[in-house]
Amino acid sequence: MAERAPEELVRLDGLVVAGRGHRALDGVSATLPRRRIAILGPNGAGKSVLLRVMHGLLAPTAGRVAWHAVAGRAPRIAMVFQRPVLLRRSVEDNVVYGLASSAAHRGLSAAQRRARAVAALERVGLAHLASRSGRVLSGGEQQRVALARAWALEPDVLLLDEPTASLDPGATRAIEAVIHEIAASGVAVVLVTHHRGLARRFAEQVVFLHEGRIAEQATVTDFFARPRSAAAHAYLEGDLA
Amino acid sequence: MSWIADSLAGAFALAASGDLRLYAIVALSLEVSLAAVAIAALVGCLIGAAVAVGRFPGRRLVIVVLNAAMGLPPVVIGLVVYLLLSRAGPLGALGILFTPAAMVVAQVLLITPIIAALSRQVIEDAWREYEEQLRSLGVSTVAAARTLIWDTRYSLVTVLLAGLGRAMAEVGAVMIVGGNIDGVTRVMTTAIALETSKGDLPLALALGVILLAVVLSLNGIAYAVREWSVRRHG
Ligand SMILES: Nc1ncnc2c1ncn2[C@@H]1O[C@H](COP(=O)(O)OP(=O)(O)OP(=O)(O)O)[C@@H](O)[C@H]1O
Ligand SMILES: [Mg+2]
Repeated sequence: MAERAPEELVRLDGLVVAGRGHRALDGVSATLPRRRIAILGPNGAGKSVLLRVMHGLLAPTAGRVAWHAVAGRAPRIAMVFQRPVLLRRSVEDNVVYGLASSAAHRGLSAAQRRARAVAALERVGLAHLASRSGRVLSGGEQQRVALARAWALEPDVLLLDEPTASLDPGATRAIEAVIHEIAASGVAVVLVTHHRGLARRFAEQVVFLHEGRIAEQATVTDFFARPRSAAAHAYLEGDLA
Repeated sequence: MSWIADSLAGAFALAASGDLRLYAIVALSLEVSLAAVAIAALVGCLIGAAVAVGRFPGRRLVIVVLNAAMGLPPVVIGLVVYLLLSRAGPLGALGILFTPAAMVVAQVLLITPIIAALSRQVIEDAWREYEEQLRSLGVSTVAAARTLIWDTRYSLVTVLLAGLGRAMAEVGAVMIVGGNIDGVTRVMTTAIALETSKGDLPLALALGVILLAVVLSLNGIAYAVREWSVRRHG
């Protein structure tokens, strides 16, 4: 039986982001399948800029992002930033705030929002911290609250920008477990990371970005075993930061 | 150095004497300045938030003007308010010249730019940190401004205190628009100015010590509240 072609997630079409005589993205074109995706690449390759463009936070100088419709509508996209920004209020209120700001959740009553927030915190293992203030938590806990806040929004796509950067191994494992669960719940996860172990364990597809261009797109096994581009080779050998 | 001890002793004696006129002066100072801070807080924080998150032509100019307006000389404000409120002035019909209301108006004009300029800075710093996150959540600019005011509340308390300090310490404007009428518009600063000009330096100094004590304790209370909340909420 022939393998079914994977469903399409998004098409990136000639994306350019230019600024100050330098191109952060220099013609990024790709079709990403609805698979667990890791975006890898050295510092300054343009990974964060690409996520922002995909999220619509940053308008590209040229090119476009075409998301594949989900159930006949544009997909809902959430993003968790490398440095999570929690509001100066309780952990639970941080998640409630996300729901209250979401156009897709206008119909929820205050009680329903609160119930969903509690459920989301339970899923990331932080229900016991619900009434604590968000900004006094540890970095790893804050990152999990940010994941809960994004997950509670029932996104179709979740963009993660280095969610395990500057976390210790324990906190990293906790985040990794949550990311796996989010993906297992049917959310299309696009993960930017410098953490190769995480990329290997989590991703199915790898997009390798180098100097604002996609140097390589491959399955995770192929990428790590047989990188085709010189840049990916150097990156995996540790010659590129 | 005995004059310090003397004025401290004088201040205690005055405060302990149960002189109702003194209490009335202190109470009026507080009433006028707290009312002015309340109004200026509302207007100033709204202006500050609007300039911090808004993107409109002339924004930079507004910031420069606000920062410059922090240094407006009180006597000039007093003079302008006097002209506005005097019988022949455009707002003369209100009939509030030489009343505490006129003093509130003058102090509001004095400290609104201070609160607007300082809160603009505080809110803009927070906006830099929050902007992408709030945009990602689909928060509108107006809702973002509300969130930022709430999230910077502890810093804004300090901003309001700066306004209160300036209002309570001010003498020129309230002298002009209030008239320093005994029992009606006499506040601590105008009383001090009067006693100094009459040559009653011990009384003036004693009043000065009481003014300092009032301002210090207000700041102390606000500082304690702020410290406690920051420790609790981060
Ligand atoms: N809005 C923007 N417009 C133009 N250039 C930008 C913009 N934001 C960042 N850049 C530049 O784009 C380049 C790539 O930055 P980006 O943050 O995407 O790198 P990155 O791959 O995420 O690196 P890191 O691994 O260090 O996070 C940098 O040189 C950066 O200065
Ligand atoms: Mg980055």
